[in-house]
Amino acid sequence: MFIVSIIVAEKLQKSFGKLIAVDGVSFTVEEGEVFGFLGPNGAGKTTAMKMIQCVSPKNAGRLLVFDMEVDTHPREIKKLLGVVPQENNLDPDFTVYENLLAYSRYFDMSRQDAERIIDELLEFVQLEEKKEKMTESLSGGMKRRLVLARALINRPQLLILDEPTVGLDPQARHLMWDKLKSLKLQGVTIVLTTHYLEEAAYLCDRLVVMDHGRILVEGKPDELIRKYIGTDIVEAENEPIVIACLEKNNAMYEVIGDMIQIYTSDPQKTTDYLLKECTLRKITARSATLEDVFLKLTGRKLRE
Amino acid sequence: MSYFQIPRLSYRVTKVWLRNKDVFMKTLKLNFLPPFLEPLLYLFALGFGLGMFVETIEGVSYARFIAPALVSVTIMYASFFECTYGSYVRMYYQKTFDAIIATPLSIEDVIAGELLWGATRSCINACIMLPVIAAFGLIELPHSLLIIPFSLLGGLVFASIAMCFTAIIPNINSLSYPTTLFITPMFLFSGTFFPLSVLPEPIQYFAFALLPLTHVVNIVRALTFADLNQFLIFDFLWLFIASLIFFVLSINLMKRRLIV
Ligand SMILES: Nc1ncnc2c1ncn2[C@@H]1O[C@H](COP(=O)(O)OP(=O)(O)OP(=O)(O)O)[C@@H](O)[C@H]1O
Ligand SMILES: [Mg+2]
Repeated sequence: MFIVSIIVAEKLQKSFGKLIAVDGVSFTVEEGEVFGFLGPNGAGKTTAMKMIQCVSPKNAGRLLVFDMEVDTHPREIKKLLGVVPQENNLDPDFTVYENLLAYSRYFDMSRQDAERIIDELLEFVQLEEKKEKMTESLSGGMKRRLVLARALINRPQLLILDEPTVGLDPQARHLMWDKLKSLKLQGVTIVLTTHYLEEAAYLCDRLVVMDHGRILVEGKPDELIRKYIGTDIVEAENEPIVIACLEKNNAMYEVIGDMIQIYTSDPQKTTDYLLKECTLRKITARSATLEDVFLKLTGRKLRE
Repeated sequence: MSYFQIPRLSYRVTKVWLRNKDVFMKTLKLNFLPPFLEPLLYLFALGFGLGMFVETIEGVSYARFIAPALVSVTIMYASFFECTYGSYVRMYYQKTFDAIIATPLSIEDVIAGELLWGATRSCINACIMLPVIAAFGLIELPHSLLIIPFSLLGGLVFASIAMCFTAIIPNINSLSYPTTLFITPMFLFSGTFFPLSVLPEPIQYFAFALLPLTHVVNIVRALTFADLNQFLIFDFLWLFIASLIFFVLSINLMKRRLIV
């Protein structure tokens, strides 16, 4: 059977006045996968999400969701989507339960169906006890879980999560991860953005790193690490003698303040020659992470 | 984008109306009191206080003269404030519109639902106020019952004009401008508390041409006096056309504000 990609973006572009927020990006998201968007503040992740959600029109390029054009079939697409926006926008005039009920109506669900699904969802996000509470009285983590429940009310085939775990404590974050994993097992396709690299590494089958509206790299987390860093990182103190030694050995390294990071796939060999050839006070070796890839690609400078 | 593009609405408009109705019903008792008390205050202060110095006005007691004005003003206030402060809070602070347009509803549906709800608020307030005034014997029945369906049209005009302001103001404090420069003059100079005919002619023309409340007062007063005339057709047409124009304009202005 011919398999259609869930999302196909070709040279997608979006500007706000002079600022090009998304600058000709192309990517595809396949059915059932978890696809991540990483990138510094202002990279254009949220802008890309909003175009997929059909709430922000694109300026150029092509964007198909479920094989439908976002410009011409917004209602049909939105029917199949669940959205967790970057900023919570729960309805403060309603209780937890009423929030979900009001949302179910927007999807034309019958009251009976809605009541059944809401009970399931409240259990799924562990908020049964808060059912009658107004949303203002919820903690940040509970609000986030409620937004997730709301996104699931129409049993979406595609979930768009813009920083789903922002501001959550480790317990709440792990709970959210569990929920997302179980949704993936149920066959839901997930697109998410995050600033937590270990989250991306844990959840994403594939991801892209964006910066200044462009996609810098795309791939599987472990492949990206191997390709851009190697398997490991050796850290040593920043001293001229170490640099000389690294230069001699053609090592791939980067100076970060008073520390040097050496990218390697053979940490044993690297530490050996460093210890042998120059007297080192401190040296550590660790596995490379997605964070190292991210910093290497996007630099360490703070974004405005 | 054109300011007068015909919005593509769906039956989903009603979902937004239902959302606002549900919130309203949650605080029903609070919402009930103001339109109930307001005519009492005005009637005592103006009708019975000021009215002591006014023998008759256009052949009726002063209280009878201002009773339809009070209903007209409540029709104006209810939808105008619902679609300025109310809608602005939902749009900007509560992000309610953002949440709704992530579902199959479009922004056109959302704004149209808000406008219909604004008109409904006018109707609700008129329904609460009419019995109070009727209890004082100030209006003719059954003619005055026609005010109830009419309040939906009147309300829609003010709701749509209000939504235009909501779409263009930079922040919520700026809403005091349309209130002071548009609503208050209308409150005073639309034939509400004294006949338009005592004003200089140019101002009369101005009130007829540009102040929607003038036409609302004309129609409501004709109904409470049970004294209909053929000029009311003109008032009705004015309101009908204004409601169409501002309905479409406000939706397009809102689209321009929210869809970036
Ligand atoms: N409505 C808007 N009007 C004008 N500029 C905007 C608007 N929305 C976003 N931008 C700009 O577009 C760029 C991309 O913003 P976007 O929100 O997509 O970034 P992001 O990757 O989601 O960042 P963050 O990680 O901080 O959420 C930024 O420079 C931002 O200032
Ligand atoms: Mg963002």
